[in-house]
Amino acid sequence: MRTNIEHITDRTAFKGLMRASASHSTVIELRERIARLEGRSRCAKSVLPFGIPELDARLPGGGLARGALHEVAGGGNGAIDGAAAALFAAGIAGRTTGKTLWCIAKPDLFAPALAQAGLAADRVVYVEAGDDKTVLACMEEGLRHGGLGAVVGEIARLQMTASRRLQLAAEGTGSIGIALRRWRRHTDAYDFGVQTAARTRWRVSVIPSETLPVPGIGRHRWLVELAHVKGAESADFEVEACDEQGCLALPAELADRPAAAEGWRRGASG
Amino acid sequence: MIGREGNRRVVTAADAAAQAAGLRPGMPAAKAQVLVPGLIVQDADPAADAEALERLALWVLQRIAPIVAADLPDGIVIDSTGADHLHGGEEAMIETLIGRLAMSGVTARGAIADIWGAAHALARFGADPHFIAPPGHGAALLNPLPLAALRLPPGMAAELRVLGFESVGDLLAQPRAPLILRFGPELGRRINQALGELAEPIEPVRSLDLIEVRRSFAEPIGAAETIARYVGTLVAQLCAALEEKGLGARRLDLLCHRVDNRIEAVRVGMAQPVRDIKRLTRLLCNQIEKIDPGFGIELMALAATIAEPLQRRQIASSLIEVATPDISDLVDTIANRVGERAIYRAAPVTSDVPERSVCRIPALSPDTGAAWPSHWPRPIRLFAHPERIEAIALLPDHPPVSFTWRGVRRRVKRADGPERIHAEWWKRDAELAAIRDYFRVEDSAGERYWIYRAGNGEDPETGSHLWYLHGVFG
Repeated sequence: MRTNIEHITDRTAFKGLMRASASHSTVIELRERIARLEGRSRCAKSVLPFGIPELDARLPGGGLARGALHEVAGGGNGAIDGAAAALFAAGIAGRTTGKTLWCIAKPDLFAPALAQAGLAADRVVYVEAGDDKTVLACMEEGLRHGGLGAVVGEIARLQMTASRRLQLAAEGTGSIGIALRRWRRHTDAYDFGVQTAARTRWRVSVIPSETLPVPGIGRHRWLVELAHVKGAESADFEVEACDEQGCLALPAELADRPAAAEGWRRGASG
Repeated sequence: MIGREGNRRVVTAADAAAQAAGLRPGMPAAKAQVLVPGLIVQDADPAADAEALERLALWVLQRIAPIVAADLPDGIVIDSTGADHLHGGEEAMIETLIGRLAMSGVTARGAIADIWGAAHALARFGADPHFIAPPGHGAALLNPLPLAALRLPPGMAAELRVLGFESVGDLLAQPRAPLILRFGPELGRRINQALGELAEPIEPVRSLDLIEVRRSFAEPIGAAETIARYVGTLVAQLCAALEEKGLGARRLDLLCHRVDNRIEAVRVGMAQPVRDIKRLTRLLCNQIEKIDPGFGIELMALAATIAEPLQRRQIASSLIEVATPDISDLVDTIANRVGERAIYRAAPVTSDVPERSVCRIPALSPDTGAAWPSHWPRPIRLFAHPERIEAIALLPDHPPVSFTWRGVRRRVKRADGPERIHAEWWKRDAELAAIRDYFRVEDSAGERYWIYRAGNGEDPETGSHLWYLHGVFG
């Protein structure tokens, strides 16, 4: 049904553009009607930008949508320990305002590391829920409340119905919901491809860190794959891990390549 | 402790030292005084004991469960249905209760069972001081217990022993009718109560100043919607009663008396005193699914078991500063679902030992603003028990070249460290010289781990020199 409407709109829009620019308002009106039908107009469409132009450009609205559910999982061994994924979620939660509700199934989260990723101790309320069902229920309560900046829940199985409930709860208030997918076994991780109502789906895997001129480990790096995003195309990025403010960064050799080369040439010539 | 039993003076209770000297309850007082010269005796005061037990029952009522009664002469019976979720399960509940009693100088034993009779027997005669019977345990658990566990009238247990009955199991194996013919109906009643074949309602204690509202129904109710509606009206009445006294509720007990003389109880706890009708109704309605109405509920009673003065707070105008959203209602909702202990915040503790550097504080405690020192990176996942790994490393202070964890061998590409952490010698003597050298290592796939060597690499006194994996970095 929805696709039909979109087709018609596209055609109308096309015709409208062909006819005259005066009828552009018709297009806008139709778009608004579609948005209303889809139920997206209930929340103000504000976003939380990552602060990396390359990444934000790939997301509709220029950032991570507030009032929506997002899915984050780890790649490789991260599917089980969810370490990088948890830090990625902490970085997002740290940049929101207000407290964060973090629902965990297994108490192995180390709070000092969250503080180092930009989520101070005073801002996180932990809920130790025994199973997935309780985690989902607590997440829904948190998202419905509206006084929280972000709600993170570590869960293994997330079905369409459950994710739809979370998405609707988030839409009503504007809190960011993050489903941190974490499985018991590698074989369970195929579950990540199943369609859910989440607005975006991320996979965060660890890759070798920045090379230093001295022995030691540089700033940690992740491969962030945007596996699915509603209304835009998927993409992947190589980024540096969250700093104390929870901000990601592009590696210097990728981000500043032209500028650096320019600077070097100028330096060499001058 | 000497009491009067008929015309005789007998020992009614003896402390550990007296029992070691050979004194037993039931022994004539004169004999005891002969056995132990200079024995300190005190006259038993059963009335004062009962009063103290009643006070203790009230204390338990406020803290543990909504249905509590004194089980004279020496026990307290608690119906924990609908309350154990607040304490994080039955095991945690009974441990907390016994621990708190021990702190106030009361040595207690406890048992949780399906039936009052069985719990009574297991608490007094079971081997384990806090025993939890599996649900639906049946009579098998009672079989090895002595006859006194059945709460028989004085003297009857002795008579049964004369006939050769030693344990409850011996008695249960016999046909009931001849026994009852000889010993009277009381024996049959006590056996039935221990097996749960005869209902034994608990009459809950109530303090005099308890704020309680009741509603009885001409026609028993059972539907969830009907219960929810009457919960709403009861909460409104209770809030009016609380308002008169200027109080807010910290604990609410909803007791539903069923037509078959059983009481279904639901308890909700709040982190701060609350007098908001909507909020309290919602908390109680979330628990309705736990009420089993059976053939119908004929009386509902709502009591504020703990009520505290309601503090009024001044709310700053949004012109001056941004109002921080109040999450206390969310915390209450979640705490009543998962238990008060399961919702918390983490706070820093000044300790270098990683597992001791975090403590849990209540979710609604004021912001401390304290933080951990951030000059060393910490792993996002910290294992509760460090896992043993096999590592190849140059001693004393080089990171490993490779290590094997969970059967997978990983080559270390990059490493950082060591970060030496000394144990806290002021805590335990065993930690006097212990040292851990932590390394941050990255393998060829880019996975980063936090590993340590117990000991400084030279002196065997500082540790075993075995390697452990303690956490995973993101």
